[in-house]
Amino acid sequence: MKFADEFRDRDKAITLVREIEKLCGQIETTRHRPLNIMEVCGGHTHSIFRYGLEGMLPPAIELVHGPGCPVCVLPMGRVDDCVAIAEQPGVIFTTFGDAMRVPGSRKSLMQAKADGADVRMVYSPMDALALARKNPDREVVFFGLGFETTMPSTALTVLQAEADGIENFSVFCNHITIVPTIKAILDSPDLHLDGFLGPGHVSMVIGTAPYEFIANFYRRPMVVAGFEPLDVLQSIWMILKQISEGRAEIENQYTRIVPEAGNDPALAAVAQVYELREFFEWRGLGSIDHSGVRVRDEYARFDAERKFAIPNIKIADPKSCQCGEVLKGVLKPWQCKVFGTLCTPETPLGALMVSPEGACAAYYQYGGVKRQAPAETATAAP
Amino acid sequence: MCLGIPGRIIKIDDAGRKLATVDVSGVRRQINIACIVDAEHPVESCVGDWVLVHVGFAMSRIDEHEAAETLKILTELGEAQAEIEAMRRSAVH
Ligand code: SF4
Repeated sequence: MKFADEFRDRDKAITLVREIEKLCGQIETTRHRPLNIMEVCGGHTHSIFRYGLEGMLPPAIELVHGPGCPVCVLPMGRVDDCVAIAEQPGVIFTTFGDAMRVPGSRKSLMQAKADGADVRMVYSPMDALALARKNPDREVVFFGLGFETTMPSTALTVLQAEADGIENFSVFCNHITIVPTIKAILDSPDLHLDGFLGPGHVSMVIGTAPYEFIANFYRRPMVVAGFEPLDVLQSIWMILKQISEGRAEIENQYTRIVPEAGNDPALAAVAQVYELREFFEWRGLGSIDHSGVRVRDEYARFDAERKFAIPNIKIADPKSCQCGEVLKGVLKPWQCKVFGTLCTPETPLGALMVSPEGACAAYYQYGGVKRQAPAETATAAP
Repeated sequence: MCLGIPGRIIKIDDAGRKLATVDVSGVRRQINIACIVDAEHPVESCVGDWVLVHVGFAMSRIDEHEAAETLKILTELGEAQAEIEAMRRSAVH
């Protein structure tokens, strides 16, 4: 068992890991195969790698790194659309910094900027709205990106633009929603998952009720977890506890942030401005029904998709990339053929290398490059 | 962008638009507080609140201890620096 030096509450962590080991011993399945637990959220992925949590857990637990990093699942075609909008005359294209380096089929937003497009990094969609106010003769487009955590922010910004009568502002909506994605993963034949670490900040907005189907129909436990190392360990313990007692429930470990009912004003703003798309394309995962939202007709004039001609072309992921398999947890990042060679954080081929919340970048950054195959790890253990 | 950052509301700028100034580790900027106000916790009562700020929107009220713990881990993850830097840059224009 190895602990990162700066690990807080070391004793608590050690106790939790012991309890986890004990529970593993009581679970029949672990005699034949490890338990697969997926963390859905990129924040958890980042935290797991940063603190070396995988290395602390017994070999009977396999953590599967899920698709919960919005930057990482952005398909190339959508990046191309961003570039196409940004290159139109008179446009100021605004985006969170995270999305600047995601590769498109021709170029990233960063390269588009270098080539002369007016692409600006902003911290908040409010800043994009302020730019629109300041530049009435320009069209300001905000790249709306993220799960339910950031969806309310763009919805509220659209409502503010409407209230203020601002006409030169629009959102290029690429928001995605977590529940249909989890369902798609559960329906995927090449994956067997035994439980889920639920996303903390998405749940802060949507609450815990939308996950009930995971317990009721798929009979899998989910524990909504905070992202501190102890939160993650405690949540894993809670999942194992459920499995060992034959329960499948949705539990909330992160009660200090996540109210069971979610956030009413946030949900109301989202429902007012957005509606579900029939389907949305994900990098690596393909098309998933009802997994994205678009701007409702009532707010069409704030919808960049309607305001601008966009190519909207589906671009296949590069052949050498195995992002899809890694996203679904079928392959570990280091098993991808180009990991660490052709694909690095400096020259990302796949989006999982771009954000520290992507599994590949996290593996790369925190010494995972040297990680050995599980069999070797097992023999190295005392 | 997904993890947010804790800050403290120091004044209300525009009660109608639900805009307030927040202090995040010494960086001040305007945020939207629509998601943390309701009948029991009106705009005026938000001054002094610790909140979790996601991309310029207060998404959750937290206590001071939670704020400190969250800031510590965000710093270790390297996310706090990036977030504060993005805020600082945006506060200028
Ligand atoms: S190493 Fe690069 S190409 Fe391979 S899965 Fe990771 S991000 Fe995708």
